[in-house]
Amino acid sequence: MADKAGSLAFVEKNLGNVMLKELPRWLAGRNLTPTGLVRGGYDWYYNKYINVKKGGIGGISMFLFGYVVISYVWSFDHIKHDRWRKYH
Amino acid sequence: MTLSLFDQFLSPVVCWIPLVAIAIMLPWILFPSPTTRWVNNRNLTSQNWFLGQSTSQIFSPINPGGHKWAILLSSLLIFLTTMNTAGLLPYTFTPTSQLSINMGFAGALWMGIVILGMRTQPTHSLGHLLPEGAPALLTPVLVIIETISLFIRPIALGVRLTANLTAGHLLIQLTSTATLALLTIMPITAIFTGVLLFLLALLEAAVALIQAYVFILLLSLYLQENV
Repeated sequence: MADKAGSLAFVEKNLGNVMLKELPRWLAGRNLTPTGLVRGGYDWYYNKYINVKKGGIGGISMFLFGYVVISYVWSFDHIKHDRWRKYH
Repeated sequence: MTLSLFDQFLSPVVCWIPLVAIAIMLPWILFPSPTTRWVNNRNLTSQNWFLGQSTSQIFSPINPGGHKWAILLSSLLIFLTTMNTAGLLPYTFTPTSQLSINMGFAGALWMGIVILGMRTQPTHSLGHLLPEGAPALLTPVLVIIETISLFIRPIALGVRLTANLTAGHLLIQLTSTATLALLTIMPITAIFTGVLLFLLALLEAAVALIQAYVFILLLSLYLQENV
């Protein structure tokens, strides 16, 4: 049963399905290191949008759009000087 | 802070993470490893098909001994193609527009190929310094010229990729600046410049793919001579 604490199915439950009193045990079972979080995020995105039977360009497009947004955030400090320049 | 046209080739840093690090990780993220399933998802299938086609086409004229280089050159092909095309997206950073990265690839791989050829078959490798069918009188001159061309290969490889991408990005930036500036002053001219910008963008997309392919093709040609 998914409710049995200590079983793998318990730890793999979504946060929405975890009862409040089970929260510490659930958190302890999850991999919360930075590497684990990154790997978990990658796996979540991959299994939800890429590793599906009829995946299209949507999965990759969303990722590339996010990449463009991140690049914009990274370069904002530099290109904000362009805002009111008269001659570029 | 003065902003120049070359500022797009700087890598901004936020929280001690340079954008170039994210840009270099992009090919690794976009191409997941093949699984052991019999039928993979669509992305993986199309990627594997395309990679198989290009690798078999590049490696068909090479001796079987050189097929050990298939993994290295095909992953390099993916790497360069992805970084070149991803650099066409707005605000992104193109690592292959930096001479450091391209010379790192070109110098190391060229030197490895030449050393491999010199060690396994020195006579055959040195024989390439004199092209077949050349007149005997020209031999001294030709050997000198071929040696110079041999040593210029890594520089040519690296600089070719750098120059193509840098020039393309600069042209796009200049043309887009001109289009924007002309939009309020001379709208008709701005339309022509806009068409030019569109064609330039198409050209840049083609150049991004072609230049990566040429890099790998030349390396495979050098491998063909030496393996």
